[in-house]
Amino acid sequence: MYTLRLEGVRKSYGVGTPVETEVLHGIDFALARGEFAALIGPSGSGKSTLLNVIGLLDQPTGGHVFVEGRETGTLGDAELTQLRGRAIGFVFQHHYLLPEFTALENVMMPVLAARGRRDEEMCETAAALLDRVGLTPWRDKKATHISGGQQQRVAIARSLAMKPALVLADEPTGNLDTKSADSVFDVLRDINETSGTTFLIVTHDPRLAQRCDRIVELVDGRIVSDRPNESVVRRS
Amino acid sequence: MKRLAFFELIVAFRFMREGLTQTLLIILGVGLGGGVIIFMSAALAGLEGNVVRRTLNFMAPIVILPSDQVARPLRGGAQDEIAAQIQPRSQQLRSIDQWQKIRDQVERTAGVVALAPVVSGPGFALRGDASRAVTITGIESESYFSVIPLDDKMVAGRAELGPTDIIIGIELGKDLGAGVGDKVRITTSAGTATTFTVGGVFDFGNKGVNAGTVYIALRSAQSLLDLVGGVSAMQVKVRDPFAAERIAEQLRAANDVKVDSWIRTNAEFFTAMAAQILTNTLIRIFVGLTVALGIASVLVVSVIQKSREIGILRAMGASREQVLRTFLIQGGFMGLAGSVLGSFIAWLFLLMFRSVARNADGTPMFIIELEPGLFAAAAAGSLLVGLLAAVVPARRAARLDPVVAIRS
Repeated sequence: MYTLRLEGVRKSYGVGTPVETEVLHGIDFALARGEFAALIGPSGSGKSTLLNVIGLLDQPTGGHVFVEGRETGTLGDAELTQLRGRAIGFVFQHHYLLPEFTALENVMMPVLAARGRRDEEMCETAAALLDRVGLTPWRDKKATHISGGQQQRVAIARSLAMKPALVLADEPTGNLDTKSADSVFDVLRDINETSGTTFLIVTHDPRLAQRCDRIVELVDGRIVSDRPNESVVRRS
Repeated sequence: MKRLAFFELIVAFRFMREGLTQTLLIILGVGLGGGVIIFMSAALAGLEGNVVRRTLNFMAPIVILPSDQVARPLRGGAQDEIAAQIQPRSQQLRSIDQWQKIRDQVERTAGVVALAPVVSGPGFALRGDASRAVTITGIESESYFSVIPLDDKMVAGRAELGPTDIIIGIELGKDLGAGVGDKVRITTSAGTATTFTVGGVFDFGNKGVNAGTVYIALRSAQSLLDLVGGVSAMQVKVRDPFAAERIAEQLRAANDVKVDSWIRTNAEFFTAMAAQILTNTLIRIFVGLTVALGIASVLVVSVIQKSREIGILRAMGASREQVLRTFLIQGGFMGLAGSVLGSFIAWLFLLMFRSVARNADGTPMFIIELEPGLFAAAAAGSLLVGLLAAVVPARRAARLDPVVAIRS
């Protein structure tokens, strides 16, 4: 059973204009449940575009995207939003926490959006997730009042709030120092191993890529290499 | 977040709290605008009510009179008119034909609350060397007081009318040098005269009425004015003074009588009032528009400022409708909170106005009340304005592409 499957996915910008540019050229790719994969490639190779398409934030101009076996091309905006909220978690290079809310509230937010109203259970789940990323003492701090590494951990906890099948992480350690980056990566790895959540991590850092089970390389909108990582380093 | 339960409420109030200065400024703006609207509405209603109250103090909303006498030209055998010129006929003082029957019918008309038959005609009030032209009004105390509150306007004596009693206005009393207990002789144009004893003095707050009206008993007036058994007018009180003309039209259609409503009699006042209402309404509309634009501009800025947060919320699964409602709530709340502040400001304006606008005797120039209904209407109106003002920014926020918003 694949968590994610892409068949001939194409993405063009400026469709129908003289400057139409295709940035993804027929991507075929799948992620099995529980995989921990890295997506690497030079800048401008289409990694972020691919991540947006996979995350149902952007529509492909060709091909098919299947999330948990469901073809997404036929879904309307409301259904895509619902599927995205339920099945996919996001961790961005910048934490993008809501500055108006505390760490705990930020983690609760996806569940709150999905259920529409607050309940005690979502509060407990969010607290447990913060505990899991080691941030219980900071749970009531505003997102702007904690360090960069802590903010990224909150973002990770938030991405897991809906117990998604797939977490997409776009350079999750890109803004962090080495020590914080290793720590954040350890958290991701730990979640993958203990809960079986599938991860696709975009990174420029070869050292971090080496810690993934599978490495997919994208160059000029095409997958040029997709191989299991034989010498995976599991801990920093 | 501890007290609020719903996603949209939580996010909306947190967004407003984060931009607290901005939020408070717009609430202040809405409050000032709302205060002006509430105060102007109250002032207009007060002014209108005041004039209505003062006018209807001494004037019945509807007066039924005998139909005008018309000159009928003599005709020849073949429809040829004999007279080349027909002069309009002079109107004699006469009774309403079958007035008891008409009275019963009018009293059964919807909206009519009281009716008073009167005999009214011109005459002179004489005392010593002084003489003044007056309108002699013969009334039945009980029915008349239920239409015109003469008994509440007494400044001396009592509002009781025996066969030889007369009630005079305060100005006439000064002119004749007469007070309670003094004798006043009333003569009519026909030369009949009777001497009455002043039983009371009234003050309607209108110099013309106070100087030119005397009240005597209906039977005395019938004898004096040679209308025994008849009445020259019937004064009618209606539940809604502003429905007087409509009811008057009904009565006109049903009876062969002349029916005047106070609205027709005071046409100039109502024209002036209509112009005042129009001006006032225009001002209120423009103030309302300014308030709406203020809320809209703040929310447009907020959408731009919060576009990344909106993108994140959308990426996390918040629907377009949830985002839309989040901004509508903000607009509605700003409108509602502004109306509360506006009500307070209007109340302050009113206190100031009351202390400034006073008559020479210290009584308020206008009686302006802030009715609870006006506050409720202002709150509902402000909520609506806030919601409408938020529609455009809210739709803009809901349409934001999460990818573009996050990158912004």
